Amino acid sequence: MVEGSAEWSVSAIVRTMLPLLCVLTAIELVSGLVLESFEATLLAAPSLLLLVPVTIGMGGNLGSVLAARLSTALHLGLLSFSPTDDRLAGNAVATIGLSLTVFPLVGAGAWGLTAFVGETGLTLGTVVLIALLSGLVLSVLAVVVTVVTTYAAYRYRLDPDDVVVPVVTNVCDVLGVLVLFGVYRVVA
Amino acid sequence: MTVREIAAEAYRETIPVLVLSAIGGLFAGLVLVGMEAELAAVPGLLVLVPALLATRGNVYGSLGARLGSALHQGVIEPTLGFGDERLNAAIAAALANGILVSGFAAVLGVVVLRVLGSESAGLATLVAISLLAGLLSGLLLTVAVVTVVVVGYRRGLNPDTLAGPVVTTTGDVVGIATMLVAARIVLAVGGG
Repeated sequence: MVEGSAEWSVSAIVRTMLPLLCVLTAIELVSGLVLESFEATLLAAPSLLLLVPVTIGMGGNLGSVLAARLSTALHLGLLSFSPTDDRLAGNAVATIGLSLTVFPLVGAGAWGLTAFVGETGLTLGTVVLIALLSGLVLSVLAVVVTVVTTYAAYRYRLDPDDVVVPVVTNVCDVLGVLVLFGVYRVVA
Repeated sequence: MTVREIAAEAYRETIPVLVLSAIGGLFAGLVLVGMEAELAAVPGLLVLVPALLATRGNVYGSLGARLGSALHQGVIEPTLGFGDERLNAAIAAALANGILVSGFAAVLGVVVLRVLGSESAGLATLVAISLLAGLLSGLLLTVAVVTVVVVGYRRGLNPDTLAGPVVTTTGDVVGIATMLVAARIVLAVGGG
């Protein structure tokens, strides 16, 4: 980014960011509509409702951390887009491992917090299983989305920091809601 | 480095931030569960939850990144108290972006719900809640991001690694809590 004084005027910052923010908002409304269609289920099972923001957040975080790491590796010339690339494989494995560590804890935490304030609507085992499976599916999808987006940015010579992180974060947000409800329908 | 070493390094570097943001996300969920009455009273409010949460992350995450780079390059002064013109402009622009996009989310959400034939509260109610939540969360997150980045920088910490975790942990809780407060205020004023 060029840091001249023109780039620090309020109107210049707003003009640069607002169009992208509006596009991302439109993408996020898709996950809002999915949530709305499950509103009755969510209100009947508060532990599932409690899982919504954290699942959305973790999906976006897994994707954005991976995107930032791949972008840096790309800038430094350490990464090639081949299935046998060690750095790509290592980061993908780490993303799935992180997800499998954090999501079961998130499930147990969600059940515990809901139990603390009222009815959970689901058993502890069910909530942990939903969280674990959602985390597994979501991390695999996050890897695919991130690698494809980073590759596209690289091919079209866009700065990965400017483009990849916001796109990946918001797409993974939407996937978080879809995966959570997909898994809930299969498990419960 | 082998695949195993690369994976282990990436895992070690990321796990603290993920655990912090998971804790933030769980508390955001707890507030959402406490918001059941407002969700039922304002049809369409739930549709806006992901969009408004993402806006907080996108706008104030980018503010943090911008301030981090600017401090490194000496473009802004590490002062709190509105003395730096560029810092003021970056804050004003972030607030403007956050509020404008929140309003846009409400308008677009109502239009889509109407087109789909789904139930929704009045346009004025949802726009009022969204704008108010955008303003309140913007003020809180600006204070959090600017304080942490500036104070962290003065103490010799890298602002780039501070801004991200601050936004991810506080953004969701602040985002949902301000939606709840805004919904209560608008319902009390009689917009429901």
